[in-house]
Amino acid sequence: MSEIVAVIGKIFLIVGLAFDLLGCIGLVRLPDVYNRLQASTKCVTLGTCFILFGTFLLSGFLWKSILAIVFIVMSSPTGAHAIAHAAHRSGIKLWEKSVVDKLKEDKK
Amino acid sequence: MKKLVLGIISFLCWMVLTWTLYLPSLLVGLVVSMFIALWFGDVFVERARNFFQIKRLAYLLYYIPLFTYYCLLANFDVAYRVLHPALPIEPGIVKVKTTLTNTTAKVALANSITLTPGTLSVEMTDDGYLYVHWIKVRTRDVEEATEMIIRKFEKVLKEIFE
Repeated sequence: MSEIVAVIGKIFLIVGLAFDLLGCIGLVRLPDVYNRLQASTKCVTLGTCFILFGTFLLSGFLWKSILAIVFIVMSSPTGAHAIAHAAHRSGIKLWEKSVVDKLKEDKK
Repeated sequence: MKKLVLGIISFLCWMVLTWTLYLPSLLVGLVVSMFIALWFGDVFVERARNFFQIKRLAYLLYYIPLFTYYCLLANFDVAYRVLHPALPIEPGIVKVKTTLTNTTAKVALANSITLTPGTLSVEMTDDGYLYVHWIKVRTRDVEEATEMIIRKFEKVLKEIFE
């Protein structure tokens, strides 16, 4: 039984690392700050949650990591929102091929 | 009431973090969570009695798998866009209108938007408009964008928080 749990935990660790890697690739490849925030927030949040869940299984049900997942899911999108909001307020432009910017239109 | 609920929640967090029934540790946790409750009780959620309604908790249990599903979908979406050689994105900021009024519900909605496929909340106004950065803009109309981005969460969040 514990072997099965350990294998599942390792699978979760590997999948989480893969998602973190994808988030970092997105951070390098995508053009502007908003697109980069999208990739990094989504992938890194879920990747870290998977790693923590793998830790939960591997360490023999350490409930701290579940609590950490809850706090990461609550705080990470809030941080991304704060960065995007601040970027738009300080006048950082969208990528030149962006199709629409309603916020800028409404602010005029 | 607010302070009591916040105190209980922070004490539970303390117990999970320390994971022991050693008495001095529990006493320290009790004192610390009492101070937290006294200081931050006023900035906690608007209606603390909502924590004890079974219907809201049941909807929360329904919301968690729904949210997890869309979160996974979002990650595969990002993976596809990032690994595709031609970078298939068409970004832009669109406007959606929410009917939620409660602050906690709005925060939960904005956070859900950020973690679901292709969207990132950028700005929120007091009269219920949300500006959402969309990695692949499919419509510029407020109504249609509302339907596509937030309708699926709004119904459940309304049951949970309002």
